[in-house]
Amino acid sequence: MDFFEDWPDYFEVVINWSDRLLEGLWTTIQLTIFGGALAFVIAIVLGLLAGSSSLWLRGPARVIIEFFRGISLVVLLFLLLYVLPQLWMRNPDLPFEGLVRNTFLLAVIALGINYGAYGAEAVRASLTTVPKSQWEATTALSMSWPHKIRRVIFPQAWALMLPSLTNLWVHLLKGSAIAYIIPFVNDFTFELNNLRRPTDIWFSHAFIGLVVYFILALILTLFMQVLEARAKNKLGRGPSLREIFSPDPKTTPPDASLPDPKDMTGPGGGPKQPASGAGAHPGGAR
Amino acid sequence: MPTPTDAAGTQPAPAPSSSSPSNPVIEFVDVEKRFGDNIVLKDLNFQVARGERVTLIGPSGSGKTTILRLVMTLEELTGGYIYIDGQPLTHENRDGKRVPVSKKQQKSLRTRIGMVFQQFNLFPNMTVLENIIEAPVHVLGRPKKDAVAKAHSLLEQVGLPDKANAHPTSLSGGQQQRVAIARALAMDPEILLLDEVTSALDPEVVDDVLNILREVADTTNVTMLIVTHEMGFARDVSHKVMMFDGGHVIEEGRPEKIFTNPDQERTKKFLGAVLGD
Repeated sequence: MDFFEDWPDYFEVVINWSDRLLEGLWTTIQLTIFGGALAFVIAIVLGLLAGSSSLWLRGPARVIIEFFRGISLVVLLFLLLYVLPQLWMRNPDLPFEGLVRNTFLLAVIALGINYGAYGAEAVRASLTTVPKSQWEATTALSMSWPHKIRRVIFPQAWALMLPSLTNLWVHLLKGSAIAYIIPFVNDFTFELNNLRRPTDIWFSHAFIGLVVYFILALILTLFMQVLEARAKNKLGRGPSLREIFSPDPKTTPPDASLPDPKDMTGPGGGPKQPASGAGAHPGGAR
Repeated sequence: MPTPTDAAGTQPAPAPSSSSPSNPVIEFVDVEKRFGDNIVLKDLNFQVARGERVTLIGPSGSGKTTILRLVMTLEELTGGYIYIDGQPLTHENRDGKRVPVSKKQQKSLRTRIGMVFQQFNLFPNMTVLENIIEAPVHVLGRPKKDAVAKAHSLLEQVGLPDKANAHPTSLSGGQQQRVAIARALAMDPEILLLDEVTSALDPEVVDDVLNILREVADTTNVTMLIVTHEMGFARDVSHKVMMFDGGHVIEEGRPEKIFTNPDQERTKKFLGAVLGD
């Protein structure tokens, strides 16, 4: 196994370089969180607009979504990094020059609008999955549009859109690796490239890179699954978080308001419960 | 002549072409409803007086449910006028021109109307209590404390005093429908629309729900527009029965008359089929 011969030395390099690697990791985490937050806001706004019945709202939203969905993240980064600043070079009086020179911010914006456009589709699709009868019930109670969206429609769509948003967020995490091409944004992939020189590409990228990105993606996914379980429980489907995390599910007090034997997902059933559809009754015990 | 709708607080204008001496609470004038090329209702004219309970019967596809949905503004009115308390609900006749009314006016009229649906349509993201108080608190702006107190008394009334904190999905169909009735009543509607409220229920709980509605009919003065296949219920609670076929009222009258001695052959045939003779 001479392939692994040098690996003990490589691990020593990792320890020596740990400051830089951790800094890169921190940058990647920040890109993922800020980019994800921006993508989320964009997805909600564009998704709501794209689901509107008014052509004046829907039309522009669709154009924006299709444009930023279709544009490659690399091209978008180049536009923001190298084309946009031209405006300021030609007109030095334009405000916000500092923002245009902030390459980290530009990376966050690129990630945010690219993945936000994808997310908008997920938001729009899940809004249309909320039954029409729910919209009608809100009309029958004279709720205003913002009111019905905020209190009734969105909370139901939320549980439906979370799996798609989880996927996109993991994509965004991995997509953030493209930031290594950006000047002054030394993300984890940038530092992996540095690590490659004293080690080799198998160790740096195929081992350290694989493991670290995998763990980051796993943490994101678990976090989102907790949100999803919570959202489903709020809709009366699936166990509560307390039930999920309880070491012994049998000792959890049954919800006094639920006399019916509920569909109990067993110990360790965790957030992955069967999607019991839109049926009014919880599905039978597994 | 219809008055322009300047403010929501103006005197209820006398409904145009109203021949009835008392002010009707619901009035349909030359109502037409089409879905594309399919005309569901045409030249429909009728009035419902305050406190009157009217049941619409007829074969499916005759437009009964569409009438309720038009009153609730769930469907777009494609022709004619609907007046609630003498005020135009969706469009008004301004010098012979049919113009839409303001959103504000529509909303102020709509808050006087409540509806109970065939499929209950409770909000699954809220508890029973939250379902009931949501609109009174956030639409009518009532103090939360009052809304909660009223919700509890309504739950008492519909026989579910211990279900306030339950999730709708944990309730049976009959229980969900009783909550839906409480939710509609919590808005203190002048008009209650009941759209086949027992059609989705197990036979053994139909009577529970109907008895609650009978009690509401007996103890309040709420105007009811009812679509149902429960002829016994229709007979008990309604002042007037209207038989629909092909988008027209083919016969109307007091329930005892319609159910025992209808004039029209079509009505006889329909009742024979429904009552299962």
